Amino acid sequence: MGLEHALGDSFLTTKIDLAINWCRKNSLWPMPMGISCCAIEMMAFAGPRFDVARFGSEVFRFSPRQSDVMIVAGTTTFKMAKVVRKIYDQMPDPKWVIAMGACTSSGGMYRTYSVVQGIDQFLPVDVYVAGCPPRPDNLLNALIKLQEKVQRGESKGSFPAFVGEPKLNQPQALPIISG
Amino acid sequence: MNAVIIDKLKARFGEQSIRVSEFRGELTLVVPKDHIVGICRFLKEDAELKFDLLADVCGIDMNTAEKRFGVIYNLYSLSNKFRLRLKTFTEEEDPKVPTVTGVWGTANWHERETFDMFGIVFEGHPDLRRVYMPEEFEHYPLRKDFPLMGIPGSIPLPKNK
Repeated sequence: MGLEHALGDSFLTTKIDLAINWCRKNSLWPMPMGISCCAIEMMAFAGPRFDVARFGSEVFRFSPRQSDVMIVAGTTTFKMAKVVRKIYDQMPDPKWVIAMGACTSSGGMYRTYSVVQGIDQFLPVDVYVAGCPPRPDNLLNALIKLQEKVQRGESKGSFPAFVGEPKLNQPQALPIISG
Repeated sequence: MNAVIIDKLKARFGEQSIRVSEFRGELTLVVPKDHIVGICRFLKEDAELKFDLLADVCGIDMNTAEKRFGVIYNLYSLSNKFRLRLKTFTEEEDPKVPTVTGVWGTANWHERETFDMFGIVFEGHPDLRRVYMPEEFEHYPLRKDFPLMGIPGSIPLPKNK
């Protein structure tokens, strides 16, 4: 490239989208939506043994206004769904959602009148994590999958202008992580 | 202890009012709902019996034509280390049972739960609102005629924009 040639070895040129997405993916601050037992594994995921700080997500923000990714960890009842949606709506764009665990993704073993059979009925979910509860390394895997989506500039819920132009004619398959 | 309780109650409230059954040492009394508050107050305040703890109140749907709904009171006497179960039944149309919140304050939320799940109205309850289900929910989920998966659309979800 002409510019790099002119400026010497200490410079790197790239597209602004790529640079921004690279920054975003390495500092995904989670909003811990710990509703039930999955939250225990989410805490292990944040703790020193599994150490999510290696991936730049160690800053668990208990304010939705300072977070990028909501980790919905636990059985979501109809009564709780309004609260989850409200917190999601308070997060600034761009934002992502990880549905952690069987209950969150599909209702799990709670096939009953009070539990929402999958939070994708009221939230745009980016990554699903299987397991009951998932091991912390499985959640790390989900975070890495999400980082790949962020690098590609994809988000299910954000306004397109904040994550780059949507890629046309490409069906966006949802990554499903096996347990 | 069983004989003492039965004798005392029958002496106070009459022979016909109380039906007694015993299974593996657990005593169960079926009482008419008009007497429930009086019997509860007597059991609590009697110097010998002292049923001072209301462990739980729950409901039951017998799914029968008459006396469909029941309320079950699980009592415990801390000083006697003795448990007692009281049952009372009410009809399907307009099910009403007098409240025992005046006897044990604990009954407040237990009766709200029973109302939430079965729709049994506790007359005289100070604050009979739903506990678990949303306020605007119109059904009673633990009734036998309520489908397990609920009634679609009965609880609104936020829109997925």
